[in-house]
Amino acid sequence: MTKIDAKIPQGPLAEKWSYYKSHQKLVNPANKRRLDIIVVGTGLAGASAAASLGELGFNVMNFCISDSPRRAHSIAAQGGINAAKNYQNDGDSVYRLFYDTIKGGDYRAREANVYRLAEVSNDIIDQCVAQGVPFAREYGGLLDNRSFGGAQVSRTFYAKGQTGQQLLLGAYSALSRQIEKKTVKLYTRYEMVDLVVIDGRARGIIARNLVTGKLERFAAHAVVIATGGYGNTFFLSTNAMNCNGSAAWQCYKKGAYFANPCMAQIHPTCIPVHGEFQSKLTLMSESLRNDGRIWVPKKKEDAAAIRAGKMKPTQIKEEDRDYYLERRYPAFGNLVPRDVASRAAKERCDAGFGVGNTGLAVYLDFSDAINRLGENVVRARYGNLFQMYEKIVDDNPYETPMMIYPAIHYTMGGTWVDYELQTSVPGLFAIGEANFSDHGANRLGASALMQGLADGYFVLPYTIQNYLADQIRVPRFSTELPEFASAEKEIQDRIAKLMSIKGKRTVDSIHKELGLIMWDFVGMGRNEEGLKTAIEKLKAVKKEFWSNVFIPGSGSDMNTELEKALRVADFIEIGELMARDALDRQESCGGHFREEYQTEEGEALRQDDKFSYVSCWKYMGEGQDPELIKEPLDYEFIVRQQRNYKA
Amino acid sequence: MDKTINVTLKIWRQKGPKVKGAFETYKLDNISTDSSFLEMLDILNEQLVSKGQEPVVFDHDCREGICGACSLYINGHPHGPDDSVTTCQLHMRRFKDGETITIEPWRSAGFPVIRDLMVDRQAFEKIMQSGGYVSVNTGGVPDANAIGISKIDADEAMDSASCIGCGACVAACKNGSAMLFVSAKVSQLALLPQGRIEAARRAKAMVARMDELGFGNCTNTGACEAECPKNVSITNIARLNREFISAKLKD
Repeated sequence: MTKIDAKIPQGPLAEKWSYYKSHQKLVNPANKRRLDIIVVGTGLAGASAAASLGELGFNVMNFCISDSPRRAHSIAAQGGINAAKNYQNDGDSVYRLFYDTIKGGDYRAREANVYRLAEVSNDIIDQCVAQGVPFAREYGGLLDNRSFGGAQVSRTFYAKGQTGQQLLLGAYSALSRQIEKKTVKLYTRYEMVDLVVIDGRARGIIARNLVTGKLERFAAHAVVIATGGYGNTFFLSTNAMNCNGSAAWQCYKKGAYFANPCMAQIHPTCIPVHGEFQSKLTLMSESLRNDGRIWVPKKKEDAAAIRAGKMKPTQIKEEDRDYYLERRYPAFGNLVPRDVASRAAKERCDAGFGVGNTGLAVYLDFSDAINRLGENVVRARYGNLFQMYEKIVDDNPYETPMMIYPAIHYTMGGTWVDYELQTSVPGLFAIGEANFSDHGANRLGASALMQGLADGYFVLPYTIQNYLADQIRVPRFSTELPEFASAEKEIQDRIAKLMSIKGKRTVDSIHKELGLIMWDFVGMGRNEEGLKTAIEKLKAVKKEFWSNVFIPGSGSDMNTELEKALRVADFIEIGELMARDALDRQESCGGHFREEYQTEEGEALRQDDKFSYVSCWKYMGEGQDPELIKEPLDYEFIVRQQRNYKA
Repeated sequence: MDKTINVTLKIWRQKGPKVKGAFETYKLDNISTDSSFLEMLDILNEQLVSKGQEPVVFDHDCREGICGACSLYINGHPHGPDDSVTTCQLHMRRFKDGETITIEPWRSAGFPVIRDLMVDRQAFEKIMQSGGYVSVNTGGVPDANAIGISKIDADEAMDSASCIGCGACVAACKNGSAMLFVSAKVSQLALLPQGRIEAARRAKAMVARMDELGFGNCTNTGACEAECPKNVSITNIARLNREFISAKLKD
């Protein structure tokens, strides 16, 4: 039985990180220059890490799948970033942010990691302001805050509805400065296609140059993956088209455990699906729930009339509207956490009260806010979001309520890491959404930006030194070593195999089939029978893919279909691991809702005595069942409770 | 029910930077007017691949108008006929049944074609690297509320900072000038006390790099502002000129 060590430092919760920092090993400036670090990914986590490591004096190689780091999907985060500044004097503190995050994650995250996250949250805001991030301000010149789901304080900093953009541009500018100083070398339009492990340690990657189609080898003393989540397994998600789980999946196949794969977040406020040709779903920021009220008709006949296009939402009288979140959760109302809001919407639609022509939509209504604050105030707060909605749906949300429905948005699961953000492969680190660590079974709004930047600016630059301190005598590696050659051969063979199938299906058609299976059986509501069905169906999809996919063009040239095919091959396997993990976890927690485990009121019912662990899956080879290793979650400092957002 | 239209596409196909390109014509039927422009291209590519042909290559990623990856010159306009949107947010309801739609890559000396509709925008990276930042390292910075900033300045800086780096301004400009892009970054940081400290150095470095890379001069035609999907204003260019001249005068 493999044992797992999360390397949590000793001492009281609030002193663990300080203790770690004062006792860890460091690398002196002269030696830093001799150490090479590969950072894969240039989103918030990757760009902030590459910039910070470059500033420290390490020799950094940074890989970007797009033509610029600014394209990374962190750019699309709208609402904001949390921090425990307590600038609003409303009772916030590091402890409260820690507590809210643990509770929001339904008690499936590590206490020590989350406390550290809350602790460094304030430094992130300071750093971003120093970089020139134009956060929203009050007339007095100080920073403004807004509130977000799962919290009773206003701790969210924001830059209009474009907070992710501004934070990413901040990290990107810091990265650009290091590129100019030549401490970081940036490789754009490169995709990591394999990890190279030498004597049990991560020592490099194989990357595909997406413009030439050639495979290239890169060696380093340590490898960091910051490649985001695997939400696109579902085909339709709020993720960007290039987001994929392949880098993490290659690491899994080279020995890095994959943790809690079933924990995926469904975001409650997305624009509903409208057609088969649809390529992605668009998120409407959670911040809208500050002023928007969510409802469906109280009467089934009204809902039916709306679906048939015979009635407009504005014709439904106040007393005939069911503001179901306010009804069910009086204390948090429209600001319950995302998993709770998503399931409540599904429950109403499944019961026949859904609106829109598909019946899979609920209303997000701003008429009260417009009456109370005036249209100008609402426009100032959410103008860009309203404009985006109108461009897509062709409906004016100032006059008619928006229609929204949940969609896959974020994956809490990911590559397993210890307290140092190191994976189970020594020398391989995972940061940002790519790792599993801090959000437990459900992430709170405005916490993804916080975690990505915490890992990149303030955690990894410390913890990676504890590993690299032992590596100062290790000379630079040659990419002529047999391990590089065999890794390259493996991926070359895989590409050759894909190109040789010459079947009848396009990559996208198989990806869509995969997505539908995932949404139906591994989506918002899961049960044993459905998950077993999913696993069978996914095996069939895998077979279909490897025997009937068609990719035009050449394997050694720019080939966008081949790029997609390599990712979809991995998504199919990730999907199967998600279903397997969901089947194992016989409880409901956060974003993972097993229908067999719910309270009488339909709330998630955890089974703390049996499932208070992180599921770490270890790859055992093609065709073999992966091994499940459990990292127990011992709660030393807080008492677990049934989550309650009612009172 | 969905309304559908039939369209004829004239698309620029080019195998590589040094290879001669040409327009190819494709017909597409029954396109839902609710689909986005890029979804329409997805449908075309699905059909091409099904016929064993290579798909049209174009840059795209977030498909919600913020990453700046998508480009395309559509019927003579960067990002197409709609105002204040990127190509990914443009919807087919903006086109008529039977319409012929011409799709070209950004055409500018600064952005060589890589393949088909995909261009190389590394020049923007190099301009950013020359000075598009505040020179602070991670850590050791003052408390975020230690610096008061007027809401008016902060909001104006935010407007400048909303540039997505797509390159439409360069593509729209008859001189191939990158002034709107450069001035947006210079303005954002010049408006804030954090960026003020090295404002002169930044303006000079970014303008020098821009010139070095072969972008043209600004002659105030205003095409960049008119075509910018994020409505970045040419008042930024006026500010850049002021910053640049006052920096040069101090030399």
